[in-house]
Amino acid sequence: MKVTKDDLANVAVLSRLEIPAAEQDTYIQQMDSILTYMDNLSNVDTADVKPTTYALPMQNVFREDVVKPSLARELALQNAPLKDDNYFKVPKVLED
Amino acid sequence: MALFDKPAHVLHDMLVKKEISAQELTADVLGRLDAVEGDVQAYITTTREQAEEQAKAADEKIARGEKISFLTGIPGAIKDNICTKGVKTTCASKIIDNFVPPYDATVMTKLNVQTPVILGKTNLDEFAMGGSTENSAFHPTHNPWALDHVPGGSSGGSAAAVAAGSAIWALGSDTGGSIRQPASFCGVVGLKPTYGRVSRYGLVAYASSLDQIGPLTRDVTDAANILNIIAGRDEMDSTSSAAEVPDFTQALRADVKGMKIGLPKEYFTKGMDPEVEQAVKAAIKQLENLGAEVVEISLPHTEYAISTYYIIAPAEAATNLERYDGVSYGERIDGEDLVQMMTNTRTQLFGEEVKRRIMIGNYALSAGYYDAYYLKALKVRTLVQQDYLEAFKKVDVIMAPTAPTPAYKIGEMIDDPLQMYLQDVCTVPLNLAGLPGLSLPCSMSSKGMPIGLQIIGQPLDEATVLRAAYTYEQSQEYHKQMPQLGGKN
Repeated sequence: MKVTKDDLANVAVLSRLEIPAAEQDTYIQQMDSILTYMDNLSNVDTADVKPTTYALPMQNVFREDVVKPSLARELALQNAPLKDDNYFKVPKVLED
Repeated sequence: MALFDKPAHVLHDMLVKKEISAQELTADVLGRLDAVEGDVQAYITTTREQAEEQAKAADEKIARGEKISFLTGIPGAIKDNICTKGVKTTCASKIIDNFVPPYDATVMTKLNVQTPVILGKTNLDEFAMGGSTENSAFHPTHNPWALDHVPGGSSGGSAAAVAAGSAIWALGSDTGGSIRQPASFCGVVGLKPTYGRVSRYGLVAYASSLDQIGPLTRDVTDAANILNIIAGRDEMDSTSSAAEVPDFTQALRADVKGMKIGLPKEYFTKGMDPEVEQAVKAAIKQLENLGAEVVEISLPHTEYAISTYYIIAPAEAATNLERYDGVSYGERIDGEDLVQMMTNTRTQLFGEEVKRRIMIGNYALSAGYYDAYYLKALKVRTLVQQDYLEAFKKVDVIMAPTAPTPAYKIGEMIDDPLQMYLQDVCTVPLNLAGLPGLSLPCSMSSKGMPIGLQIIGQPLDEATVLRAAYTYEQSQEYHKQMPQLGGKN
């Protein structure tokens, strides 16, 4: 198996997901079959190949730094699950 | 006389000649929607009242003698991952099932200038991840040609609505085939423009280097007209192309004399349905008879495109979907601290396929695996792109099937994610290379399911793709067929 239980646990933490114990074997099996298939990439010689992140040639895009209207605060907050006045509200991060 | 079965350009002419009103047209399409939606379930949200008001406004515009635009008063539908100001945009996910965008996507701003009638938001695989629309958190969509079959995906709702007559036109998005493959499965025209041709501002991001918005329509003429409306540089999307946008309707000429069509041997794979291969080759032969020249070509890295795509797209998705954390929008499941709240929210509200792609993406990006998977995939992406650029030195367009099979049955593949991914062999390479591609109907299978021909063009050369597609379309009748569905037909 390419994916161990430790790998799964590590990636779940990175992903902010919990994989219930009962589902872990299925997850490992499915990820394993997908990643095993992807091993066909090791057949490709890429020693002198540059990576492509965007398909079209692109350079830095600049614009004038001028003030323009942006989304009003109440609109930016309107979809928040919990808010307090002008802020998004989340569970306490720091101890008292 | 039914109106729901006509393409937008025909209805536009009828509106201009005052043979019909926008309100009559909208009532006809809404009537069709009422008759078929229980079976097809193409929509997540319908905006009937808004549609009726828009139709009334369009008629007032016509009555005042104002010149009307191509889509004025013509009812269409929008994939539910495109932000519509004031209208819920869910991405078919429980995690943002209550999200009401405070702004319009750029494509909506551009469409709204035309004063179209918007009927609602269409179903998709959650966050556009999938090829069957079975991954919607709300309900599957059914293929209008056979209700126990999938419509394809992820723009399955948009394709099914246009095929069923419950929308005249629709917008979709295509990250690995999500416009073209459902168009193929439902027997409509689907166009994925060149990466950057259409602004992605307001399209909920799945894989940002691959995503592109495009039209799903009854015919090629409608596709060209809608591309005219939505294309162009947008300062809100720094990846949008500054290239000049031609008038794509100029490409609507039945003329392929001297056009060189590349036939890539790697796209006719072993697992391909023989009926699909036969239909696509017959369509290409038809274009040869009309004056095109067919050239066999090779795109040798095609066999690596699936692996490359299913590393890059999940890696980008894992990053893009970090934003669904229960803080600034969407739903929240409480937890004892901040991290637990985020983890509970994501664990309970993301669907299985979305979680799987986030996990694979983070695996490929994580320490120890980054070089072997993510960086390797970016390098192979270069080779996939070079294959095409090499081929385009010899040919003007490339033609292939859109999908290796016609639509399959609901539930047939859902338990085997790898098998599902392998179905994308003919569509994902274009996204990796940023190329435009169009699917149009070219035959029906012996079981009565549509088969699509895919036409692939050079970067920013949608015009040649549209000309080839238009020429083929004029030579046959497949695009005029409508599925038999309940209600009036």
